[in-house]
Amino acid sequence: MTSRANDRELRWVGRPVPRIDGEAKVRGCATYVHDMAWPGMLFARIKTSPHASARIVRVDTGEAEQVPGVRAVLVGADLPYKVGLYMIDKSILARDVVRYCGEAVAAVAAETELAAEEACERIRIEYEPLPAVLDPVAALAPDAPLVHPGLAEYGRMKGVFFPRPGTNVAHHQKIRKGDLLAGFRAADRTFEHAFSNPPVQHAFLETHTAIVQALPDGRVEIVSSAQSPYTVRQLFSVCFGIPLSRIHVRVPYVGGGFGGKAGIHLEPLVYCLSRKADGRPVKLTISREEAFHTMPSRQGLRSRIRTGVRNDGRITALEVEYLWDAGAYADYGVNVGRAAAYSGAGPYDIPNCHIDSLVVYTNKTFGTAYRGFGHLEVLWGIERNLDLIARELALDPYAIRIGNCLRAGSTTITGEEVTANPGRPDLCLEAAAKAVGWGEPRSGPAPGGTRRRGRGLALLHKAPAMPVFTSCSAILKFNEDASVDLLVSGVDYGQGTYTALAQIAAEELGLPVDRIHVVWECDTDFTPYDWQTVASRFAFMGGNAVIDAARDCLAQLRAVAAQVLHAPESELVCADGKVSVVHNPGSSLDYRRLVMGYTYPNGNSIGGPVIGRGRYIAQGLTHLDPETGQGRPALDWTYGAHAVELEVDTATGDIEILHLASAFDVGKTLNRQQVVTQIIGGVVQGIGSAVSEEFLFDAQGRFRNAGFVDYKIPTAKDIPRRMSQHIVETPQLDGPYGARGVAEHPMISIPGAIGNALADALGIDFFELPLNPERVYLAIKKAGRKKTTDEHR
Amino acid sequence: MEATRRTIRLVVNGKPRSIEVAAHETLLAALKERLYLTGAKEGCGVGECGACTVLLDGRAVNACLVLAVEADGRELGTIEGEARPDGSLSALQRAFIDHAALQCGFCTPGMVLSARALLRRNPRPSREEIVEAIAGNLCRCTGYEPVIDAIAAAAEEEAAEGSVVPPAASAGAGEGRGP
Ligand code: FES
Ligand code: FES
Repeated sequence: MTSRANDRELRWVGRPVPRIDGEAKVRGCATYVHDMAWPGMLFARIKTSPHASARIVRVDTGEAEQVPGVRAVLVGADLPYKVGLYMIDKSILARDVVRYCGEAVAAVAAETELAAEEACERIRIEYEPLPAVLDPVAALAPDAPLVHPGLAEYGRMKGVFFPRPGTNVAHHQKIRKGDLLAGFRAADRTFEHAFSNPPVQHAFLETHTAIVQALPDGRVEIVSSAQSPYTVRQLFSVCFGIPLSRIHVRVPYVGGGFGGKAGIHLEPLVYCLSRKADGRPVKLTISREEAFHTMPSRQGLRSRIRTGVRNDGRITALEVEYLWDAGAYADYGVNVGRAAAYSGAGPYDIPNCHIDSLVVYTNKTFGTAYRGFGHLEVLWGIERNLDLIARELALDPYAIRIGNCLRAGSTTITGEEVTANPGRPDLCLEAAAKAVGWGEPRSGPAPGGTRRRGRGLALLHKAPAMPVFTSCSAILKFNEDASVDLLVSGVDYGQGTYTALAQIAAEELGLPVDRIHVVWECDTDFTPYDWQTVASRFAFMGGNAVIDAARDCLAQLRAVAAQVLHAPESELVCADGKVSVVHNPGSSLDYRRLVMGYTYPNGNSIGGPVIGRGRYIAQGLTHLDPETGQGRPALDWTYGAHAVELEVDTATGDIEILHLASAFDVGKTLNRQQVVTQIIGGVVQGIGSAVSEEFLFDAQGRFRNAGFVDYKIPTAKDIPRRMSQHIVETPQLDGPYGARGVAEHPMISIPGAIGNALADALGIDFFELPLNPERVYLAIKKAGRKKTTDEHR
Repeated sequence: MEATRRTIRLVVNGKPRSIEVAAHETLLAALKERLYLTGAKEGCGVGECGACTVLLDGRAVNACLVLAVEADGRELGTIEGEARPDGSLSALQRAFIDHAALQCGFCTPGMVLSARALLRRNPRPSREEIVEAIAGNLCRCTGYEPVIDAIAAAAEEEAAEGSVVPPAASAGAGEGRGP
């Protein structure tokens, strides 16, 4: 929705408005669920499975129930419910079998956390270990053990997801465009490469936590560190058959989400504990260790990419297989496999393309959404693949990208026509490459030392992954002093969206931004519907809903003012907190005199409280054809590029990033500082995925690095020497003021850019992540040995 | 199971307090449950993330690793005591907002207090010293650069105005970081 305000000077949109949540956060008075306690609240702990795959033979809770202070003990057999967002495949606590090491098998609520902990230890569970399948390739073997023998019976979003019962395939997404064979025939060269990404963790600083109370009259009170209050309510209602109006979900400040708090997580279990404990409120906070091995993560990926290319670098055919290591449950992971398929060729114009994206169950920690939703994973392969091809064809990595990238007139791999205004990957690449001096002679470290210097590029794109009917709404409620409460149910868990929405509301209403109060707590009883806060769609959709609501307010203000000022509504303007007659600015009314209704001198009153209602629903999306994947899955595409210059120490394998330049086509910058800081944060998170983060499992499928000591996320010491951000603005015609989302994108393609720079520095190609010093050092040694043997031959 | 309890006396953000704590209780738990100060956050509970950072006699410590009884007779500074005596934001707090050095905000109280401990012992830190001082404070959102910029800017401002020290931090500043 483009605003009328485009035509005049913008006063708030695009201005450097500081974050509206800043003060609460620096004073320590932003309240998170972690900080909350309800009267009479019990504390819960969970007991987790030590096996990757096992039958639960016997459970004895007798001793646990005797621990003083224990009020409720639950095991899977007590809870005949299944939950799931897209695929309803998960029990609240494991029933009959455990499917991954770390899976919750029992839970206790007690007067103190210590008592709950002790009771968990005293629950005796006897297991009969079963063969585990720990790798998606093995899981596809015809005789592989089935993680979900009951797959056929599971509920799911029909017509969107296609499991293969009798196998471990939870979903198979196909993309079929053009004539693949003809495409390979038209090629001068054909290349085949394989890549892999390990599973990794969101590692938000606030672990999952929820307080739930099952009230005697059947109502349910929930406060949760969740990304999507309405989705929690919906899935909770489906799980227990409780009407929506009896479930009340609140979300206060949330300490990071990155996708890991989308969907539904702890709420059903905590509800069952409260019910068992006679309706006392119960709080469950996941420990950091459980955050790694019990809660979902980003799934691992194996990619096989076959490319047909002409000698001039033009791609004629692309055949890709993506195997997702979904882990034990696929409630959300199936949609990662779907989204990553429809954008699985990268931001390139590929005339003939086949993609098979298979989401495969294994006996590991399960997958969910994580910032970028499959894109960081697939683009690691796609972007490395392009550099490998460029080198073989003696082409510049920059040129091969520009030669193939999407532009007006191209069609995407799902058959969507690219028009002139959805964003410019080529401009992003140009800006990023220029920033690191691409094409200029390099000033490397002094020869003879152990450090080598290299540069690398990578492109990226992503659209929100969401159902075709995704919608949201906003309410703007005037207060007596003509300040405004802005109510939405998308959650700002750090992205800064609320600040952007306040700017939009201020702009539209003609009020200073400090008169807009964004109600921080989302509350299904009070704040209006929003599907989920995921996929970088909130600024776009929420922004449009706020514009709609503001216009509704202005129409109400004008209707009353027209009567008072004896002027037609069409000749009234709303600005600076006043409604005035356009050709006679002296004839005006302060909003204050209108927002609760206008009173004439004789006492007669008209109008009434002004409350604006706004909404937005995704426009023009279609289901994808199950056989070909053709259709329109994307609300908007955000394009971007990274360019890296780095040094690698051949004596240690350590990488030092000298400059990491990033460019995004954001459509319109709503708030430059926020865009820049989103980029910096995302880039550093991407560096974690690129150089240090991975889950380690032993041969039995036991998690080996569940904690910040062994699972290293970037610290202040691990950031590049320099980061630069470059903004391209090709307006998105239906975005608020032309804006599109950019929250997830900064971390995508960081691994590809670093991997390409590393190949440039060392002449060594890496196909697996992470690029940690050990992997890099061993590859250098191996290359050195090979070189010596070659020389001695 | 009721462990032995003890009364401890300490100065919290400049005000003397006495509370009863259990022998095994962490300082972080005592802050939340006895002093009702919820600004310090728990990100791991085992000394790996710095979200629970508070000042003990001016030094940054992980409150999840310190027993409440160890705070007996000492000065405790928390984020609630970081503002200036007149209630306005300290230069450090202001700089965190101005530089967008926070997103979800869960690491922020700990980050600010690690920075406060640094500026207490070293009012003109180099960038390297700032990085060193917050290396134990994990942040998953900001990418650290805005945080480092904020601390550098606050240091300059405080040095210029002759350092307005909040009462909480007024005790002798030790070297480096505690447990
Ligand atoms: S909570 Fe993580 S160090 Fe204390
Ligand atoms: S702001 Fe979210 S962890 Fe630092």
